[in-house]
Amino acid sequence: MSAHDNSHDLEVRDSNVVDRFEDPGHPDHQPRKGDTDPKANKKAERQVLFLFAVSVLGTIGFVVAYFALPPGDTAESMRTSNLALGGALAFALLGIGTGAIHWAKALMNDHEKSEERHLQRSDDETRAAAVEVLAEGTADSGISRRGALKGAVVSALALFPITIALPLIGNIGEDWNVGKLKHTIWKKGVRLSRDPNGRPIKASDVTIGSVFHVIPDNLEEHHETGDYMDQKAKAVVLLVRLDPRDLKADQSPAGETWSYDGIVAYSKICTHVGCPVALYEQQTHHLLCPCHQSTFDIADGARVVFGPAKRPLPQLPITVDDEGYLVAQSDFTQPVGPSFWERETK
Amino acid sequence: MTTTSTPTPTARAAAATADYLDQRTGIGVAVKTFARKIFPDHWSFLLGEIALYSFVTLLISGVFLTMFFVPSMAETTYHGPWASLNGVEMSQAFSSTLRLSFEVRGGLLMRQVHHWAALIFMASIVTHMMRVFFTGAFRKPRELNWVVGFTLMILGLLAGFSGYSLPDDVLSGNGLRITDGVVKAIPIIGSYMSYFIFGGEFPGNDLIPRLFTVHILLVPALILALIGLHLLFVVLHKHTQYPGSGRSDKNVVGFPLFPIYVAKAGGYFFVVFGVIALMAATMTINPVWNYGPYDPSPVSAGAQPDWYMLFLEGSLRLMPGQAEVMLGQYTLSLNVIIPAMIVPGVLFTLLAAYPFIEAFATGDNREHHVLDRPRNRPFRTAFGVSLLVAFFILVLAGSNDLIATHFHLSINDITWVFRFLLFLGPWAAFVITKRICLGLQRKDRELVLHGHETGRIVRFASGEYIEVHKPLDAHERWLRVQHDAVRPVEIEPAEDSRGVRRKGYRTDRLRQRISQVFYEDRVEPVTPSELEAAHHAHGGHDEIGSHDHGHEPAQVGGGQHLVEPDGETGPDARNH
Repeated sequence: MSAHDNSHDLEVRDSNVVDRFEDPGHPDHQPRKGDTDPKANKKAERQVLFLFAVSVLGTIGFVVAYFALPPGDTAESMRTSNLALGGALAFALLGIGTGAIHWAKALMNDHEKSEERHLQRSDDETRAAAVEVLAEGTADSGISRRGALKGAVVSALALFPITIALPLIGNIGEDWNVGKLKHTIWKKGVRLSRDPNGRPIKASDVTIGSVFHVIPDNLEEHHETGDYMDQKAKAVVLLVRLDPRDLKADQSPAGETWSYDGIVAYSKICTHVGCPVALYEQQTHHLLCPCHQSTFDIADGARVVFGPAKRPLPQLPITVDDEGYLVAQSDFTQPVGPSFWERETK
Repeated sequence: MTTTSTPTPTARAAAATADYLDQRTGIGVAVKTFARKIFPDHWSFLLGEIALYSFVTLLISGVFLTMFFVPSMAETTYHGPWASLNGVEMSQAFSSTLRLSFEVRGGLLMRQVHHWAALIFMASIVTHMMRVFFTGAFRKPRELNWVVGFTLMILGLLAGFSGYSLPDDVLSGNGLRITDGVVKAIPIIGSYMSYFIFGGEFPGNDLIPRLFTVHILLVPALILALIGLHLLFVVLHKHTQYPGSGRSDKNVVGFPLFPIYVAKAGGYFFVVFGVIALMAATMTINPVWNYGPYDPSPVSAGAQPDWYMLFLEGSLRLMPGQAEVMLGQYTLSLNVIIPAMIVPGVLFTLLAAYPFIEAFATGDNREHHVLDRPRNRPFRTAFGVSLLVAFFILVLAGSNDLIATHFHLSINDITWVFRFLLFLGPWAAFVITKRICLGLQRKDRELVLHGHETGRIVRFASGEYIEVHKPLDAHERWLRVQHDAVRPVEIEPAEDSRGVRRKGYRTDRLRQRISQVFYEDRVEPVTPSELEAAHHAHGGHDEIGSHDHGHEPAQVGGGQHLVEPDGETGPDARNH
C-alpha cells in the first residue's frame, strides 16, 4: 500500500502510545496435581494405559461383531449389525484419541514457550535481489525486444485449449436441441393411464373428489428408446374430478372444452422450479407443491394463489374416446415445468 | 535424543533411518525448524481441526464406498434382502447403494459415517469461519488465507451437493430437479446450461456418472490442494493467539508441535472420527431405502435437504412469484434468479470481501497476530451477527413446512413473517449486538477502574457507608486494556496549501465515510492516568473517557465505589 496509509497507521498507534499500560509479562506456571504429587502422576499414567486398552478391546469387539453379527435379511438384524460394528469402532477410535490427549494434558511438560515472530515481508535487500534476478532472466529471454514472439506465444497458448473444449462442448449437451423442452409425448388420442401400473382410466371410474396420478399410455414405448425418464419427467399429469358446479374456470379457449364433465387434467410439474405438485386439498381444491409451497387453485384454471410460482400449471385438454376412456385432445399448448428464457418464443 | 551412553537397538535403527533419509532429502533442516514449532492453545482453534479431520474421515469412508457403488443410471430390477423394494425397477446407482447398505458388512456403517462426516465437515467449516471472523484473525497478513478458506467452504458445498445426489433416490432426484429449474432460469443460456449439466433433457442418462467424477475426483482434489495451501499459510504466518499477559504481535506463546500437538492433535483426529462413528452407529441418516428410487412423479412432503443447503431452499420459498417478468417474448424468472443467485451471491460476496473492506476502512497496514475480543470491535461483531441472522432466517424459512405442521400454524402466515424478518432481523441483530459490545466494553472499563465488588461494606466515622472494591491484578487488567480502540481515519484536506485539488481525495473521502460507520461508536480502553485519577476520585464522579457519537465523555457507573483501602488511597482521599 502507499505511504499515505502508513501515516494513518502511525497516527492510530501514536495517540495511544504515550499513556498505556505495560504488558505484565507471562503469568506464572500453575503446577498440575501430577507435577507435585507422584501418586497423582502415576494415576494419570494408569488412566492413559486404560484408555489405550479400551481401544484395543474395541478393535477386538469389531472383529467379533463382523463375524458374529451379519446384517441378515431383516431390518432388525441390519440395525444390530450396524450398532455393534459402529459402537466397537467408536471405542477403538475414542480410546486412542482420549488416551493421547490425556497423556499430553496430564503427563507431558506443560510449560508454555514463546517464539519470536518476524514480519512476513522480505527485507529490502532480498527484494532488490529478487527484482535483480527477474530482470536478468527477462534480459536473457530477450522477450522485451522480441514483441512478435510475445504475441505468438500468447496466441498459441490462448488457442490450443479449443482442441479440448470444442469436442467437449459439442457433445456434452447431447444434441443441444432445447426445443424439446416445449413438447411432451401427449398427442391426440393418447389415453390417460394410471401411474405407475399403466392401466387406462375410464371417465366413469373417476368419482367426484378423487385424484389420479397419470402418465400417457404411450410412455411404455420409451423404455426401448432410452428416454423413458426424460419423457415421464415432462408428461406426468394430475387428474381431478370436481363437482361441475365448483369448476369456476379452466384454461380452455373460447369455443373449446378441455375438461370432461368436471374432470380436469393439469401438468404435475411445478411452474416454479419443477417439483411434482402432489398435495391436493379436496375442500379448497388447492394443489400444493411440497417443495416451495406454491399453491394452485384447480377449480380456477390452476391459478397461483400463493408462493413463488408465477404461472398456472398448464392444462392438458382431454375428452373421452368411443370406449369411454379418457384421452388427450392434443399435447399441452404451452411448455410444462419451470420457466426458461425462450419459453414463449415460437 | 538418547541420554544413555550405549544406545538401544531401537535408537540405533532410528538413527540409521534418519541418517539415510537426511542424506537423500536433507530432512534434518525441516525437523529442526518444525518439530518444536510453537502453537498457541485455545478450544476455538479446534474448530478448524474438526474440519480437517472430518475431511480425512470422508476420504477414508469415501474410498470404501467407491469400491461398491456403481455410478450408472442404467435400469435394473432389484432383488435382495430389502423385501419392500424387491422387483422394483431402479437405476444401478440406487440398487448398488442398497447392496452396499445391506449386503456389504460394515457398508451401512461406512455410508452413515460418510454422510455424518459430511454434515460435520460443513458445520465445522462454518463455525471455524465464525471464529476467524469474530476474532479478526483474517487481518493482515492472513487476508489471502481467508479467501482460501472461503473457497474451501464453497467447494465443501459442492462436494456435499454432488455426493448427496449420487444414490439416485426420490429425494435427491427432486433436489436435482430443483437445480435444473434454477439453472433454466438463467437468462439467455439457461436451457443450454441445463443440457450441459444433464447431457440433454432432465434427467437424462449421464448425470450420475458425471456427478461421480465431480464428487470423487475434481472437488476432493481441489479441496486437498487448498487444504495444503491453507495449512502452509498457517505455518508461514504462525498461528494467531488470544490476547493475554506476555502475548504480543511480536511473539507466539504456546506449546511445541512435538510432542504436545502430535499427541493432542493426533489424538483429536481419533476423537472426531470416533464421535462420527458413534453417530453412524446410533443415528440413521438418509435412509434411501425408505424413499425409493428416483421417479419424476412422486415427491414426499416435509422433505429437507442437508442443512447447509437449507438457506437456498428457504430463499426460494420466500420469494413471491410475481417477480417473474417478460422481456418482449423472453421470460426472465426473477422469482428464481433473485433467491437462488442474487441472495446467496450477496451473502457470499460480503463474507469473502469483508477483510478487504475492513482494512480499507481502518487504513491499517500493520500485521496482526493477537486476536481481537469480539466486544472490542463492535461494528465487525454486529455485522457478523447480522449476516448470521440472515442466514439463520433463511434456514428456518427452508423448514417452514415443518414449523407449520409441528406448531399447527398457517404456512402462508409463517412465510409472510419470514419475508419481513429477512429484512428486519439482520438490522435488529446489528443494532442490538453493537449495543451489547459497547456495553461489555464499558463493563471492562468499570472493572479496571473500580475493581471487583467484594460485598464488604465499610462505615466511615462520618457515618457514610461504602462498598470496598478489590482492584484487578495486573493480568486481569491487561486483558481489558491491551487493545487499541480504532478511530475513524482522518484525511488530508481536498486542496493543498496552494489551493490545488489533491489527487486521490475522492478515495480518501470514501474511506473516511466507511471508517466513520465502522468506528464512530467506540469505547477507549482505560489508560494508566485514568486509573490513577479514579483512585483519587472515589465516589460518584467517575467520569471516564467513553467516546460515543463524537467525543463526548459519557457517565458510566456512578455508584458508591471505593478501592480496597491501602496507604495512598485512604477514605480521606475521596473528596480531592
